[in-house]
Amino acid sequence: MTTTFNVNGSEHKVDVDPAKPLLWVLREQLNLTGTKFGCGMAQCGACTVLVEGVAVRSCVTPVAGAAGKSVTTIEGLAPGADRLHPLQQAWIAHQVPQCGYCQSGQLMSAAALLGRNPSPSDADINAAMQGNICRCGMYSRIRSAIKTAATAAGGGDE
Amino acid sequence: MNKWTRRAFISSGALVGGGIIVGVAIRPGNLAHDVADVMEADGETLVHAYVKIDTNNVVTAIVPHAEMGQGAQTALAQMLAEELDADWEQVRFEEAPALGAYNNSALGRGMLLTGVELPGFIAPTVEGAMLRLGDFLNLQITGGSLSIRATGQYGMRFAGAATKHMLKRAAADAWDVPLADIDTQRSTLHHRASGKSEPYATFAVAAAALKPSYTPTLKDPKDFSIIGQSVPRHDIPSKVDGTAQFALDVRLPGMVYATTMRAPVFGGRIASLDDSTARSMNGVLDVIKLPATSSSSMIGGYEETGETVAVVADSYWTARNALNALGIVWDNRGNDSLSTADVYSQHDNDLAAAKGREPDFVRGNIESAMTKAAQVVSADYRVPFLAHTCMEPINATVHLRNGVCDVWVGCQNPLGVRRAVAEVLDANEDQVTLHNQFMGGGFGRKAVPDGAVQAALIAKAVERPVQLIWSREEDVRQDFYRTAATSQFRAALDDSGVLQGWENTYVEKGEPVEAPLIPYAVPAQDIGSVASPTHVPKGSWRSVDESQQAFFTESFIDECAAAAGVDPVAYRATLLADSPRHLAVLERAAREANWDAPLGLNRARGIAIKECFGSITAEVVEITVIEGAISIDRVVAVIDLGLAVSPDGVRGQIESGIIYGLTAAMTGEITINNGAVVQSNFHDYTAMRMPAAPVIETHIINSGHHIGGAGEPGTPPAAPALANAIFAATGQRIRELPLAKRIRFVDPRPITVR
Repeated sequence: MTTTFNVNGSEHKVDVDPAKPLLWVLREQLNLTGTKFGCGMAQCGACTVLVEGVAVRSCVTPVAGAAGKSVTTIEGLAPGADRLHPLQQAWIAHQVPQCGYCQSGQLMSAAALLGRNPSPSDADINAAMQGNICRCGMYSRIRSAIKTAATAAGGGDE
Repeated sequence: MNKWTRRAFISSGALVGGGIIVGVAIRPGNLAHDVADVMEADGETLVHAYVKIDTNNVVTAIVPHAEMGQGAQTALAQMLAEELDADWEQVRFEEAPALGAYNNSALGRGMLLTGVELPGFIAPTVEGAMLRLGDFLNLQITGGSLSIRATGQYGMRFAGAATKHMLKRAAADAWDVPLADIDTQRSTLHHRASGKSEPYATFAVAAAALKPSYTPTLKDPKDFSIIGQSVPRHDIPSKVDGTAQFALDVRLPGMVYATTMRAPVFGGRIASLDDSTARSMNGVLDVIKLPATSSSSMIGGYEETGETVAVVADSYWTARNALNALGIVWDNRGNDSLSTADVYSQHDNDLAAAKGREPDFVRGNIESAMTKAAQVVSADYRVPFLAHTCMEPINATVHLRNGVCDVWVGCQNPLGVRRAVAEVLDANEDQVTLHNQFMGGGFGRKAVPDGAVQAALIAKAVERPVQLIWSREEDVRQDFYRTAATSQFRAALDDSGVLQGWENTYVEKGEPVEAPLIPYAVPAQDIGSVASPTHVPKGSWRSVDESQQAFFTESFIDECAAAAGVDPVAYRATLLADSPRHLAVLERAAREANWDAPLGLNRARGIAIKECFGSITAEVVEITVIEGAISIDRVVAVIDLGLAVSPDGVRGQIESGIIYGLTAAMTGEITINNGAVVQSNFHDYTAMRMPAAPVIETHIINSGHHIGGAGEPGTPPAAPALANAIFAATGQRIRELPLAKRIRFVDPRPITVR
């Protein structure tokens, strides 16, 4: 069965079981490997992508759920080839990633947050980010980087 | 071309197309007689650090350590660049391929055998490996917080200094000026008097024809301009845009996917397998039985693992569904009655019997100290089994064709993995090429080669490139665990409350051997261990035994302070009066945390200090009790690691080590029931999440001592400092981890997101 959806601005048609999770369609059919597998049950957030701007755990989202919709993955977060998203810039400025494996998901959760709330409080950040585990424990740096990005983008409360 | 220097063995050569390459290995001097032949035969293959300068004046450091987020590769490049006076903007690095030539065991053995201190837990691996002639080269490990303090300090710096000296000599010859009049700066050679100036590349070929310096002079640390700077890590840009390639991201033409289930009761065998449903599923290609194997863990032992069923399919998702449809009956070989409670009572029985008790350290007369004591304090402590749960589950990709095998994996021990794959395929090691990728977490788990071995067997069976991916459930249930441990103490206090005797027996001995020792000046000490093995596979878990031993000893010293009625910092300080490094770290931590200023209602602090991996770390944990639940507000850490090559990198490692240690202390527990692991994923083996994460402040003391590690030392003090804070706040002394068994934490569960 064919599912049609938009990923990072391009239309894609895939012929797979509609129950197959979006995560594995992105990784196996579209070779978009920036989105990671961590738990398979929406517990760790490594697979977070945006569907119509909302953060979803792609490991438990059937590809059928993305039919006709717009999906943004880490590969599509930057606004242009030579321009990073303010969050990506802040991630580098704060030297956030260690192993880096969870960071695609962290960035996508943060992008969804800033998309709906340009000047999040600490509590807002905690609430938006608590679904994303970082076993390297870079939570303080992630929090600081989100604030920096919010400020850079014109929001922020600093 | 090769010369023995005082400390290092240096070789050099010209690169095809111009340029120079210089390599360094530690001189294996003062060899013990029985290993001298082995060392001699190593010859040039022991080179463990390389520098390359190409025609564009780009300096490349070839580093023998893998990147798992600890930033070692960048820091190693800094150490090379410092001694070379390289232009940091023109420095690159590559991870050494998994070949014997890049083996850092040379370094390990050199340090071991020449009396330079080697981290204790490496020693058995090194010695054990040497006893097996022919496979002693299989160490290219990333662990033991070794990269900077060993490879960097003795390899990279020597390579940089030697290369710089050769370039200066080549320039001096060409310009016909004294070598002493030549300066180096930012990858350029200058002659002041004549104003001549040329990039390093100009003289790279000429330098390559020279003999390396016998005794390269290292810089005085006060002249460092690159070491000690927080330079941005090279690997970070690719980790914010999805382009960083982990092993899971490898894509090969015609590649298929596999997933596995190993006997849930460790060591089990397949009694019967019904794969009819699985085989009938769309996309399923094969169902394969894999034999039981034994896997080398980095700490030197071999752990037996059970038989495994693998499903191969066109997608991981298909393979996973088919695996769930298998009907497997396991032969548990008598191990299916054991539970965690049995393990603990076995510990108690073995400790009570004290059969074969092995002493670690004995001083003075412990019985006499106990008899004379005004007060004897005693306590028993326990910690559970722990899994690693790296964010990236175990995976490996193998392509086997025409007798050649390519392996893509993210691992801490590429040479060991290469050897294990060659063994299981009955191939020569040179038929196996290992492509080490970024690791999505390591923490000791990725030193074990079991995933790559399984992938190789599957690839052989299906004759196609295969990517094996473990489910998170398999990752949790088939780990090599930090062992459960029990530790029993008695302390003799005199009538002033001063410690006169310290008796400690624990289950069971691991590495580093010095982990249970205390830094405190106690006249009578008797520390030893009793063996109490189980069928649960053991592995090295971030900081190896230091984490549980720090919880035991630093909790118990706090109990002694309480029994003496003395402040925990003051009590430790008295016992550390003759250990100035420890004392400086302790007192700095107390000062930075404002130890003497009361925190107010329902708030308290706890402290712990531990020396390990060449560094001394103290942590002060501040908590608030909110309606009976504990919130961890702040951690102040102080580390003396001699010299911080990249201070922000060190701070990052300490932050990470603390969160890893607190997570385990709060909720970390692998429970055994009916011989198998109960937990399966992040819902029941939880990890700390952002709302619970404390603010962390790290202070670095550059004492000038030997460079110590940073990756592990942050972890051990975290659990005891937290337990001590809970005692200070509530009067409740918790002697068993995880703490959440006895007290509640403010740790909001994750919101449910689709």
